[in-house]
Amino acid sequence: MKLAIVDVGCGNIGSVGIAFERFGLTPLITADAEAIAGADKVILPGVGAAGFAMEQIEARGLAPVLRGLTQPVLGICLGMQLLFERSEEEDSACLGIIPGRVRKLAPAPDRPVPHMGWSRLSVADPDLGLADGDYVYFAHSFACDDGGWTAASADYGRRIPAVVRSGNYLGAQFHPERSSAAGARFLERFLER
Amino acid sequence: MPARRIIPCLDVRDGRVVKGVQFRDHRDVGDIVEHALRYRDEGADELVFYDITASAEGRSLDTDWVRRIARVIDIPFAVAGGVRSRDQAAACLDSGADKVSINSPALERPALIEELARDFGSQCVVLGVDSMAEDGDYFVHQYTGSVERSRDTGLRTLDWIREATERGAGEIVLNCMRRDGVRTGYDIAHTRDVASAATVPVIASGGAGAPEHFRDAFRDAKASGALAATVFHDRIIAIPDLKEFLAGCGIEMRH
Repeated sequence: MKLAIVDVGCGNIGSVGIAFERFGLTPLITADAEAIAGADKVILPGVGAAGFAMEQIEARGLAPVLRGLTQPVLGICLGMQLLFERSEEEDSACLGIIPGRVRKLAPAPDRPVPHMGWSRLSVADPDLGLADGDYVYFAHSFACDDGGWTAASADYGRRIPAVVRSGNYLGAQFHPERSSAAGARFLERFLER
Repeated sequence: MPARRIIPCLDVRDGRVVKGVQFRDHRDVGDIVEHALRYRDEGADELVFYDITASAEGRSLDTDWVRRIARVIDIPFAVAGGVRSRDQAAACLDSGADKVSINSPALERPALIEELARDFGSQCVVLGVDSMAEDGDYFVHQYTGSVERSRDTGLRTLDWIREATERGAGEIVLNCMRRDGVRTGYDIAHTRDVASAATVPVIASGGAGAPEHFRDAFRDAKASGALAATVFHDRIIAIPDLKEFLAGCGIEMRH
């Protein structure tokens, strides 16, 4: 299987790559449009800021390629947020594959921001490799709009989409590569798609 | 809040895990990968690795051991020690670390916090604060990894934390220095003051000696996580037992 990890010039490429190596794969970390389009599966990683990541994607001419993929695609954390239309983070235009927005979480007593740590999932889609009550690891200050695309969620003052799904595009707000057994099940199920 | 986090802290010197008392007299307690795996298997929620001498020696931490850890564990971990630039932080993240913790270099040049938050996001930027009680207030100390260079900055801890979070720090590890390694309990009043003032998660550090100390940090000080070293390294507290005790106190724990 050819697995491409899109090199957006920042972020958690190291730990995402290692997570897939645990499945015996040798992911290709690349910013090459042809290699991405020709892969069996595509990972859009991302730790970082939306504006910086979109600049990197635009500078590499990758936005149209990422929008046009037909194979299974998984955006992780910022990579999931980039699937949406717009982010409040530096008021950045994103890829617009999913029709919602990404908004800043508001801190409240007992609810600091970033949302950092292991939160329990409510799972609506039974085909994710995840179960209700699974704990997964979050580290984010911005969250996507909740909508028909929400496949699993966590509670952080409001319903936070933890997994979104739209056609062949899947996004995880949590970090499957750092979510122990539940994260591994989620990645394994993605690889079976 | 998410489940409260139990965070073993591993002090690193030359790629080995070491432990001292009140930041002094470090002894070797074992191999870094073996420790990381053991804690992961016992149910630690996150790990922190401090290269204790990097900052005082004017170098950044060695990404070699960061890679070794990243390869074997599947829970988040932060690394700390002498990270002074965007590129040094990028090297840590590229090597598989989830967060970079900065302390003395952020005091030298507070703009470093903004530079890291801008490129990597606040959730990657942890601010380590060594706080010492003096004359009824708390002050930030710098270069605490070296007995010779350790110094009082004269900065009030609460002032520094306010400034650092405004600049983009996404989490605070509050080391209460008088409690370090002495196992008499976290400084609950100080941790609560910091957690109430900060809008970001605060991790209690320094003084854990008994399961009740963790309970107090979560229940009374509102800490998001509690960090400890001695009680875990010396097997005084087993993490599964600790989590069972805390869950029994009504504190949400990951299981």
